[in-house]
Amino acid sequence: MRIAFMDRAAALPAPPPTFSRTGVVVALGIVVTYLIGLGVLGVTPWAIVERLPRLFSIVLTMFPPSPGSAAHFWTYLEALGETLAIAFVGTTVASVFAFPLGFLAARNVVAGRILHFMSRRVLDTVRSVDTLIWALIWINVVGLGPFAGALAIASTDFAALAKLMSEAIETADQGPVEGIVAAGGSRFHVIRFGLLPQVLPIFASQVLYYFESNTRSATIIGIVGAGGIGLYLSEMIRVLEWQEAAFLILMVLLAVAAIDVVSRRLRAAIIGAPKG
Amino acid sequence: MSRFVATLPEPQRAALAATYDKAVASRRQQLLLGSVVFVLALAAALRGAEVDPANFWEHLGNFTDYFDRLTTLDSGDRVWTDFSDWYWGFFRWLRLLGETILIAYVGTITGALIAFCACFVASNNLVQSAWLRVTVRRVLEFLRTVPDIVFAMLFVVAFGLGPMPGVLALALHSAGTLGKLFTEVVEGVDMKPIEGVQASGGTWLARVRFGAVPQVLSNFASYTLLRLEINVRGAAVIGFVGAGGIGEDLLVAIRKFYYQDVSAMLVMIVVCVMLLDMGSERLRHRLLALESNH
Repeated sequence: MRIAFMDRAAALPAPPPTFSRTGVVVALGIVVTYLIGLGVLGVTPWAIVERLPRLFSIVLTMFPPSPGSAAHFWTYLEALGETLAIAFVGTTVASVFAFPLGFLAARNVVAGRILHFMSRRVLDTVRSVDTLIWALIWINVVGLGPFAGALAIASTDFAALAKLMSEAIETADQGPVEGIVAAGGSRFHVIRFGLLPQVLPIFASQVLYYFESNTRSATIIGIVGAGGIGLYLSEMIRVLEWQEAAFLILMVLLAVAAIDVVSRRLRAAIIGAPKG
Repeated sequence: MSRFVATLPEPQRAALAATYDKAVASRRQQLLLGSVVFVLALAAALRGAEVDPANFWEHLGNFTDYFDRLTTLDSGDRVWTDFSDWYWGFFRWLRLLGETILIAYVGTITGALIAFCACFVASNNLVQSAWLRVTVRRVLEFLRTVPDIVFAMLFVVAFGLGPMPGVLALALHSAGTLGKLFTEVVEGVDMKPIEGVQASGGTWLARVRFGAVPQVLSNFASYTLLRLEINVRGAAVIGFVGAGGIGEDLLVAIRKFYYQDVSAMLVMIVVCVMLLDMGSERLRHRLLALESNH
């Protein structure tokens, strides 16, 4: 028995080394870059520890969070409403534009390679400019206020949504499409009855995700003056009214949590999945 | 032709047709109700966001005009006719862009380290104690919901201007988002290796180190790369509140209408983000291939 066991052990191939050479090199590179980065940026443990008491004293002054006065509370509530409105309008406008563009950018709908390539690159460019930068640009066009914020959100998201939309179209099942072509359907029929029923639920659930994330973006867009609660938040931090700042952050957290719950319900209803 | 298609007897057909009509009608009703709610919400939101189409159309010319001015040098020529004029501050911007990327990198790695430590404690297949798990999850949720730029504003007050508040803000926010994703990965691992380590008497740390970590590492790396892309974009604007990087110069240029500087920096940021996107997409595909080989 013992001999047989040893034979088997000897016959087994040597175990692969735990770490490959490239793995070690890559890991070392990551660590060294990280350490150099810490040094260059001046983020040393000592510098952090030195200022920690100040951070703690700020956090302590935040308690208890309070809006200051009833009048402020109503102002903030209105600003929160404005924030949600910005997110809602922005997402709606973005999806209205993204929907047709998604078809244009999809490989299996538009045959022209050049058109496909161009629309993809344009979308990538629009997407890589941050919402806050778009907000600054739109402020120059329509002036300060929530409208600029809504347009900024629409600009960033329309590109992201169009990309997702085109990917959903490209991965759609070709069976129904071929069926409609075989039954003599026109191009319009193909899109309406072959692609839309497959793509629409995916698109709707993505739009809901974006609405959720846009409520988060809309809370900060006020920092540059494009409406919403961010204006008050940055103002309160600037004048060191920590209790009011904490109250505003709490309001944002609650609103985002509420939107999360609602959109989870809606998504479950749309894609027909069990509620969870 | 139609003779050969068998049809159901009339009473049966009528019943089925009625059920079908009812199903369609109920769907239509739902759709109508949903549309009405949506339109009402949209009307309220349009009022709330002060949407003014008249203003928009009136000033839409500004938008194209804006891009026209973005692509015009002070001398009146197009920007691409004279690169040395357009990119007069190239080396300064390159340094700032490098700082931006470095802020994003250090912030992402720090956040990933925090998330790495937190995710094993937050996953329900490794930790029995519910309160520990829930506490860690709540903390992660908080970090995730507070936008990074809000953290940055707070840290600028506490730590002073410079890249440090930016790094910390990105690190905390990334810890929140990555922590959630990491936890989901850990909860999806194969339990057999972990049970094996436990059966041979391994401690909790040994179970995590030899049972869980080898299964999740490539997924973690892929999520971290994705976060790095997002954070480079975030780091580019975190300078708006004084937390380092190219954002501060960009904000000043936009506010003071230095159009050619705005376009120069925007082009640099866009190109940099695109290159990073493409590189990291390649890497992630390779990492995922690594995963499926196991």
